[in-house]
Amino acid sequence: MLSRTADHLFWMSRYMERAENLARLLDVTWQMSLVPQSLEAVNQSWNAIIALNSLEEAYAAKYSTVNAENVLRFMVSDPDNYASIHSCLRLARENAHAVRGTITTEMWETLNSTWLEAREKTFEQIWGAGIGDFFEWVKMRSSLTRGTTLGTLLQDESYNFIRIGTLLERADNTARILDVKYHVLRTHEDEGATDFYEWGALLRSVSAFEVYRKVFRDVITPERVAELLILHKDMPRSLHFCMNSVIKNLDLIANRQSGETTRQAGLLHAQLHYGRIEDILEQGLHEWLTDFMDRIYMLGDGISKDFLVPMSEAA
Amino acid sequence: MNFYNEMMDANGGVRAHYKRYDDWLKATPPERIARKRAEADLAFHRVGITFAVYGEESGKERLIPFDIIPRIIPSAEWKSLQSGLRQRVKALNMFLDDIYHDQEILKAGKIPAEQVLNNAQYRPDMKGVDVPGGIYAHIAGVDVVRAGAGELYVLEDNLRVPSGVSYMLEDRKMMMRLFPELFAKNKVAPVQHYPDMLLEKLRAVAPKGVSDPTVVVLTPGAYNSAYFEHTFLAQQMGVELVEGRDLFVKDEVVYMRTTQGPQRVDVIYRRIDDDYMDPQAFRPESTLGVPGILKAYQAGNVTLANAIGTGVADDKSIYPYVPEMIRFYLGEEPTLNNVPTFMCRKPEDLKYVLANLPELVVKEVHGAGGYGMLVGPASTKEQIEHFRQLLIAKPEGYIAQPTLALSNCPTFVEQGIAPRHLDLRPFVLSSGDCVNMVPGGLTRVALTEGSLVVNSSQGGGTKDTWVLED
Repeated sequence: MLSRTADHLFWMSRYMERAENLARLLDVTWQMSLVPQSLEAVNQSWNAIIALNSLEEAYAAKYSTVNAENVLRFMVSDPDNYASIHSCLRLARENAHAVRGTITTEMWETLNSTWLEAREKTFEQIWGAGIGDFFEWVKMRSSLTRGTTLGTLLQDESYNFIRIGTLLERADNTARILDVKYHVLRTHEDEGATDFYEWGALLRSVSAFEVYRKVFRDVITPERVAELLILHKDMPRSLHFCMNSVIKNLDLIANRQSGETTRQAGLLHAQLHYGRIEDILEQGLHEWLTDFMDRIYMLGDGISKDFLVPMSEAA
Repeated sequence: MNFYNEMMDANGGVRAHYKRYDDWLKATPPERIARKRAEADLAFHRVGITFAVYGEESGKERLIPFDIIPRIIPSAEWKSLQSGLRQRVKALNMFLDDIYHDQEILKAGKIPAEQVLNNAQYRPDMKGVDVPGGIYAHIAGVDVVRAGAGELYVLEDNLRVPSGVSYMLEDRKMMMRLFPELFAKNKVAPVQHYPDMLLEKLRAVAPKGVSDPTVVVLTPGAYNSAYFEHTFLAQQMGVELVEGRDLFVKDEVVYMRTTQGPQRVDVIYRRIDDDYMDPQAFRPESTLGVPGILKAYQAGNVTLANAIGTGVADDKSIYPYVPEMIRFYLGEEPTLNNVPTFMCRKPEDLKYVLANLPELVVKEVHGAGGYGMLVGPASTKEQIEHFRQLLIAKPEGYIAQPTLALSNCPTFVEQGIAPRHLDLRPFVLSSGDCVNMVPGGLTRVALTEGSLVVNSSQGGGTKDTWVLED
């Protein structure tokens, strides 16, 4: 397969997954902000979203204050913000357009119509109709894209690159959501009821609320939430699950120069496969997650150099 | 002016080959037709069979209007047209081979040498280069029109990167989907094997010694107006669609960058103009091409379809000599008519043209796409005067032809069904001694009342083209 084609497929799936994860993150932040608390605490959580994406400068250029409406406008529909949901959907569609001969007609039509619909939605409309509906819509369109891919695409190399893109992006995002929310939640652990709602919202944001109940059959504790999102091998948004799938797909596309990338992926996977939550918490969750995100980044970089934009022209 | 109607004869009766279609049309409720037309529009939009308009925002692509009344050609007429096209394209390929080698036709004085050698489209880089099978124009899109008395003329030989074949195929698919019953009643010759035929031709012209050639389609990219067609053809042939940056040349061999390392490329169906193919050889600022590809081509390590330098043969200043080429190379009389052409570089022709501008069509020698032309009878005094000044300033830049009374065909327009002018572009494929085409071609129709310009960039539409089998 052409390197450029693989590159477009990889980014097509990353941007779609990113749009979904961003919708999840904004949704949980929005829901948590509705629980009675100080305005300062609320604005802090919105600030965290800007910081998480390193968008402080771009945000400051447009808005003087941090509040829910401004941050949502910036992260949902601002076409100038390359990290907004609007931009992610556009970039997913642009990458799909470049390889529309490789993906199936159904996939192309799904991605194309998602973008065409998104383009028609103004922030006022989204805000007016209830922003939760919009986040549901984004998640649904992402599910539809994934389902169409699974249901129509030949499971060859194209499929492998799409899966790797999706899962690397998802691992990164689950780590981010956990990092930013765990931090905020641990600082006020005295109010029992508030905690329940907030941890509940965090779990729901990664569709893990029911899963938690099923797995632990017990009250929600921060340690178990971390364990579920990091180490559970069967939870589709956990880091372990994502890395399982990454190494499986990476094995199928291996080439002569990808040995080191495969090894790095294997190391990262082993850490999750054999890791214990006690050890991770002892090391410090924030430190552990930061290290994980760095290594996910390096992995993406390695994949890019080995397969997507090969520098060397020598045969 | 008297126009030939493809469907009706002079007395208003339906021509024999349209009889079955006409019966069906009369028996079909208008509501059903309207519903089907809306369905076609929707489907074309959803699938994205569109035509990108330069300069507009991405995602704002325009649909080429599709008309559900087919252009029908009886079997006997197609057979004679087909043999005329074979003859013409064969001679054009022989001409190209000749002018890049021994130049016999110039030595024989049949065409003024300076007309060929000083032509901007003549590529000295190609001199002495042997191309597989002596074929230069592997794919030709010959524009054919019918004039007032029913006779056919060749209007243009498009030998560079002719487009439109995807519309021919999609129009047929759409007609069969909308009105399957029509195909049960009429024996319409199939066209869907075009991509197979194209792939076979491309494989046949692989460099010597390559038994299982790797074929690719080279596109300028997603923002090109014909990008849909490029992806369509690559997908239908099952070959890679590449951009210039996917390819590189090493030791005069072309490779593509793949996820499994470099892979050698043998045949390139390129949809990029000569000028942009190789920044080392042609326009240095081009980012669409592949540095060093001309050298690889000259060394015979890769085949380009079409060849570099075919533009000299479809240039409007060379067009008047095509009948002479047929006589010279094949020793035959041309089957298809050439439109009588005044070459404004000749003082006596220029004098006639200037005196008769309101009756003539004036075209830029290097123009294409319906831009930069004057249709005398449809123009205002100011437009005519404007062209008069252009002609006087640079006579060698123009040719003129009598305004042909392009035939028309009933077409759905806002007011109902009305006649609109059309042309036909059959796609002629060559490799070695073999010249093939699928029956019919792309029919383009000028949707504006009275307009004689059918180009899609000028608001033209398309029709399915039926060649009826006996």
